[in-house]
Amino acid sequence: MHSLKSYRISFVLISLALCFAWLLNISSGSVVIPFDAMLSVVFGGKADIDSWNYIIWNYRIPKAFTAALVGGGLSISGLLMQTLFRNPLAGPFVLGISSGASLGAAMILLGASLISGMVSFTFINDISLAIAASLGSFLVLLVVMLVANRVKDTMALLIIGLMFGSITTALVSVLAYFSSAEDLQRFIFWSFGSVGNLSGQQVILLSGVVFLGLMLSVLSIKKLNAFLLGENYAQSLGVSLKKSRLIIIIATGILAGGITAFAGPIAFIGLAVPHLTRQIFDTMEHRVLIPAVFLYGAILMLLCDTIAQLPNSANVLPINAITSLVGAPVIIWLLVRKRKMLF
Amino acid sequence: MSNLKKHNIIVKDLSIGYKDKTVADNINFCMNSGQLCAIVGVNGVGKSTLLRTLGKLQPKLSGEIAINRKALELHSSFELAKTLSFVLTEQPASKNLTVQELIALGRQPYTNWIGTLTTEDKQQVEESLSSFLLKDLRYNKCHELSDGQLQRVLIARAMAQDTPLILLDEPTTHLDLYHKVQILKLLQQLSHNKQKTIIFTTHEIELAIQLCDTILILDGNENPSGTPIELIEQKHFEHLFPLEMVQFDSKTGSFKVNK
Repeated sequence: MHSLKSYRISFVLISLALCFAWLLNISSGSVVIPFDAMLSVVFGGKADIDSWNYIIWNYRIPKAFTAALVGGGLSISGLLMQTLFRNPLAGPFVLGISSGASLGAAMILLGASLISGMVSFTFINDISLAIAASLGSFLVLLVVMLVANRVKDTMALLIIGLMFGSITTALVSVLAYFSSAEDLQRFIFWSFGSVGNLSGQQVILLSGVVFLGLMLSVLSIKKLNAFLLGENYAQSLGVSLKKSRLIIIIATGILAGGITAFAGPIAFIGLAVPHLTRQIFDTMEHRVLIPAVFLYGAILMLLCDTIAQLPNSANVLPINAITSLVGAPVIIWLLVRKRKMLF
Repeated sequence: MSNLKKHNIIVKDLSIGYKDKTVADNINFCMNSGQLCAIVGVNGVGKSTLLRTLGKLQPKLSGEIAINRKALELHSSFELAKTLSFVLTEQPASKNLTVQELIALGRQPYTNWIGTLTTEDKQQVEESLSSFLLKDLRYNKCHELSDGQLQRVLIARAMAQDTPLILLDEPTTHLDLYHKVQILKLLQQLSHNKQKTIIFTTHEIELAIQLCDTILILDGNENPSGTPIELIEQKHFEHLFPLEMVQFDSKTGSFKVNK
């Protein structure tokens, strides 16, 4: 409550950083496009080589946009979970939402050959994969929500989420055991994560999903702040526990489930970004944290995707590996330097 | 009847506890505004349960609770947030909040959908900060505070919520004698200056006798209540603990260990 104004400079800086990360992301890729040519294309001009226009407008800009949405959305879902579960180690993976999405994807990619007599292979495309992954994450979410209404203790809920994660992972490995090499490869590629293979329609759908999740988060800001005191205090401040918890869980599920469906299970962004953000924005006020975490997540994801592109070759490193390589040391560094992870 | 109007909390034949277990019953008392009231009793007799029941954090088993002449169950959660505030034994979930942020959260029942503080809200926060001697600590994080300071912050938050009734669960545990007295003195000032009813549970019977206007003794039987002097005269403190261990000295209002 240093008054929100004192964070204005930080917000300006972080927005500039986002623009920079975005341009950097667009400038890197398998085809070398000079930075000045890229700038002129982005700002409405024409590049000397026609294919550059096409690559930038039809491939790189949608990809950068997707990366920003994915990073920001996952980070917000991590922030919501950390506040709701009063646990600095909560993230989209902990509730089993990402695992649920993996199960859905595995059903399509691996299970299809088991029931190949009934389903033709042409049925397997990106859209059905996205739908299956969404369904998987929402199925887990639904079960967790049912349990949430019975269990008052959020720690128990957290452990239940972890158990669901284990169950879905086990089911996935059973499916993997019985599936063919090609199917397995497809699934593994999905689980590497990617922000580049989305069609225009999918990008629009993803934007809608992230927008909906953000709206629900913004509407919950006051309740999230009350939850910082603990549930009993929140209740004594007039917060309806069941209703607010449900809205926050739905927001989390929409963000984490929807994004995982389109971009694959992307690790550590949701967990690490809220902590990183608090290094700059030293506050617990969600009015500050929600926009800040979204911007920070977008920046980090753009940078990770840029690193994945760096070799300037046709090969793109798996984004999931990059986020883990960046995210896990950050968590360790925070733990060692700060001794305790406060949230 | 005119006397009854001043009572802003009335409890009749209340029994409290959980579905399968009654913790305490036959609880009757009424308390006036501007009074500091202590609930005393041995461990496990149901002091905290009573406090939580009075604040609707858990349902009562039977009986009546009326706050401001309206049955507790008829208060909406929104109304209740402006009627009573809590200081619980549990620590705030996030200790990364600053003192000022935490106290400002007490203004939630009055702020808009996103929690913007108006000038009046800020004034209330300032007043709470200064009443509980926290002005110098306002930008400190809660994990940097001592137990006594944190307790003052939590009480200041309850004060900022600006409710006629404040319920505190063992506000003096883990504190040394000086800080115990400091907290209770501040509570006494708050109740008398702002005409608030402040009810707290405590094991500090001797301090409660000196500082409180009313005491409720939960003894699992009659559960007598009254002013400290009345209760001493009626010899209610004598039977609070096993006689062979400690004895109450009614002249000094203190307990003596039997050697």
